[in-house]
Amino acid sequence: MTRALALHLGVIAALFAAQYLLPSYHQTNIARIMVLAVFAMGYNIAFGYTGLLSLGHALFFAAGLYATGLGIELAGLSAAPALLLGLIAGGAIAAATGVLALRTSGVSFMIVTLMFAQTGYLTILYFGTYTRGDEGIVINRAARAIGSLDLSADTPRYFAALTLFAIALLINLMLTRSRLGRSMIAMRENEQRSRMLGYNPFRVKLIALVISGLYAGAAGAAYGVLFGYVGASFATIQYSILPLLYVLLGGAGTTLGPFLGALIMFYLIDISSGYTTAHLFVVGAALLVLVLFAPKGILGTLRERAVKWLP
Amino acid sequence: MAAIILFARGLTKHYDGIKAVENVDFDLTAGQIHALIGPNGAGKTTFVSLLSGRITPSAGTIQFDGADITRLPAHSRVARGIAYTFQITSIYANLPVFDNVALAIQRKGSKHLKTDTMAALARVGLDKMADQTAGTLAYGHQRLLEIAMGLSMNPKLLILDEPTQGLANSEIEAFKALIRAVTPQTTVLLIEHNMDVVMDLADQITVLNFGEKLATGTPAEIRANKAVQTAYLGG
Ligand SMILES: Nc1ncnc2c1ncn2[C@@H]1O[C@H](COP(=O)(O)OP(=O)(O)O)[C@@H](O)[C@H]1O
Ligand SMILES: [Mg+2]
Repeated sequence: MTRALALHLGVIAALFAAQYLLPSYHQTNIARIMVLAVFAMGYNIAFGYTGLLSLGHALFFAAGLYATGLGIELAGLSAAPALLLGLIAGGAIAAATGVLALRTSGVSFMIVTLMFAQTGYLTILYFGTYTRGDEGIVINRAARAIGSLDLSADTPRYFAALTLFAIALLINLMLTRSRLGRSMIAMRENEQRSRMLGYNPFRVKLIALVISGLYAGAAGAAYGVLFGYVGASFATIQYSILPLLYVLLGGAGTTLGPFLGALIMFYLIDISSGYTTAHLFVVGAALLVLVLFAPKGILGTLRERAVKWLP
Repeated sequence: MAAIILFARGLTKHYDGIKAVENVDFDLTAGQIHALIGPNGAGKTTFVSLLSGRITPSAGTIQFDGADITRLPAHSRVARGIAYTFQITSIYANLPVFDNVALAIQRKGSKHLKTDTMAALARVGLDKMADQTAGTLAYGHQRLLEIAMGLSMNPKLLILDEPTQGLANSEIEAFKALIRAVTPQTTVLLIEHNMDVVMDLADQITVLNFGEKLATGTPAEIRANKAVQTAYLGG
């Protein structure tokens, strides 16, 4: 077993143990953070590894969230197939977005993905009869279960979130070690060169974006089932920026950065909102400090300075 | 007469007004080392970029290995066996030396990526630096890495744009041996300013001047050519 694998299994084990140590309030928080971290991991696969700066990932998260939520509430699916549907929806919407948006790059790509996500948000509002627009849908408690496991209860919810997180993290680690992962990084580092080595940039980036969308879709789907609410606010630009911030804070292009970023940002907001209503100011200040002193994020800086083997 | 692996007819590239490459007919014999020479700005880089697909021609056609590749994107041409090394070193500066070459080798679907990559690095003497970040290599070593990336694709045609620029004399000798070793399995198209290297290696030489083909022939023929002497070799 390599050091890297040991580290990742250690993080998963620590989160497993945390369940028995944390009071209920923090348990719910960590469950939420793990799901959001999966979203951010997906974002990181596109942005951190492949160099695709998207401003539209809320669309993929919302695709998972709504496919699952509407699947349960309108189509009467049970949670397991609804979750699968959410996963697929995230990947499919990312594929459709990518086919068009990947004709552009850089700032144009940011704008096009932003427009796509905005269109998704407006679509949710437009079909208000089914989605109940801004108000959203509360998923009935009875449907939030897999078999006899009630996912709305603290402990099963925590383990469900941890299971998803662990799978997502280990796949992410495998990806970074794989040939595909290397070719994604090659796109980020030098697209021209990659093309002259025989890689089709469009193809590699599309694959990365679909994987990214599957992560976001899975996170959205899990979020709906675990926390029971599906609303249009999750499709707003704010939810496209959020994973970007997590990734920047934790370290773009590191496997554990998205989780670390989500964890810190979540508690930063949680704690500061207890003292001030200007908690967005705190977020801004944190980012400013980050950009000034550790532009590669916490783990990116750590890797550069000390722990070179960090994946 | 051996087979023609690549030919171009009427190949032309204009940059608003500048005739970078003008109506060039060109034949490349399989298994040979073909040198492309000419003064700075003669259109050599532009010409090979048209062959590799890095840029699209204003007019003309290119055939490679029996198929018309004029409209193919660069990555498809690479898949058909054309490798290109850049005049301005274009490596993955932030990645380890190993990954630079592994990226070239894994594209060919190698089953033993690690051994094959180390072997390819050893060929240019960079195996000891496999873990080093490519951007921190000395300039000459970066050029060698660039060449290793081209070679490790096992191409049918290897295009090298001024590969010896910045190499020390000993490295140039090693480079010559390397190129001789890959022929005749690989055809080599070489842009080169160092006339010793050209006269030593080339089976055929084509001279470009102001985007046009001035002459083609064996090294002896080129040396004896009056037009070439006045335009390029300095009389
Ligand atoms: N992208 C470009 N845009 C405009 N002019 C160019 C471009 N690339 C090359 N040229 C011009 O085309 C001519 C040939 O350039 P180049 O092919 O680089 O010559 P060489 O490699 O023989 O030195 C030069 O006059 C150069 O300025
Ligand atoms: Mg040139």
